[in-house]
Amino acid sequence: MLNIVNKSPLDRGSLDACLQSAEPGAILLIEDGVYAATRGSAGEAKLKAAGGKFKLFALGPDMEARGIADRAMDGVTLVDYAGFVDLVAEYDTCQSWL
Amino acid sequence: MKFSILINEGPYTHQASDSAYQFAKSVLAKGHEIFRIFFYHDGVNNATRLTTPPQDDRNIVNRWSKLAEENKLDLVVCVAAAQRRGIVDEGEAKRNGKDATNLAPGFRISGLGQLIEAGIQSDRLVTFGD
Amino acid sequence: MTIKKFMMVNRKAPYGTVYALESLEVVLIAAAFEQDVSLAFLDDGVYQLKKGHQTKGIEMKGFEKTYGALEDYDVTKLYVDQESLAARGLTADDLCVPVEIMSRAELGKRMEEQDVVLSF
Repeated sequence: MLNIVNKSPLDRGSLDACLQSAEPGAILLIEDGVYAATRGSAGEAKLKAAGGKFKLFALGPDMEARGIADRAMDGVTLVDYAGFVDLVAEYDTCQSWL
Repeated sequence: MKFSILINEGPYTHQASDSAYQFAKSVLAKGHEIFRIFFYHDGVNNATRLTTPPQDDRNIVNRWSKLAEENKLDLVVCVAAAQRRGIVDEGEAKRNGKDATNLAPGFRISGLGQLIEAGIQSDRLVTFGD
Repeated sequence: MTIKKFMMVNRKAPYGTVYALESLEVVLIAAAFEQDVSLAFLDDGVYQLKKGHQTKGIEMKGFEKTYGALEDYDVTKLYVDQESLAARGLTADDLCVPVEIMSRAELGKRMEEQDVVLSF
């Protein structure tokens, strides 16, 4: 499954819920969710602790808009909206962790 | 591949309708089909033609209407959510005794069954919300 | 008609926002379309099932009874996360309907089996 997370991990529990519940698959961070993928943040620690259970992606335009594209943590792949579409197509189902 | 999109939040407060728009454009650019875009909860506010954003801001409503016209998209507004929030077409105005309509071009008002049908008929249903 | 597996994932408390109520609306319509419907409750979503809603004082329509009526629509797959209950000091006795209580991991497995996942 492609898990789409759009909340900052320091504001809401969406990323935690996803990490704790979802079966191995992929996580795409969009909107405020992209803050989780920044170097040195609490979100990065959580994503690293998940230890390769999920392929990690973040929406580049959302990172750029927030001035954090150069802070992307190791192990996360930045995609554009076309890449977002490809990910949705690649996985059989998607779930937005609102 | 056949996509449908669910939008749960109104324009200008939450990024959901912006993200959904960018996603929808890319779905079409990639040669996929969009079966339906369904507007639910405050998402129905994407469908009022009476908005006037400042000139240097994006016009979210017009953007949807244009995308729908150019690509023959089916933009469906949930009727119960629309009635609660004052999104009105001619049929609704007549039925409920309203003196005005505000549904933007390219949108239509219908029931929640349209969302379930979109889930059944599409290969993927992607939700944008809060 | 094609029958797909629809899961409504409920992670928000009732009344503070409209999502819990609207999730039920979607469940009822999906059931009317004879789809294979299940509901997952986790995080604050488990508060939706806390029995004894009295909404008179806030002048909002209560919808606790609707959970009890789901069975009449052949909607019987209600899954609740054990950890979310425990974190909120709740047990199965506090809930307004019979549910299947399971671990987060088990809930994740059920999610993986779905064709369509709608989040509220």
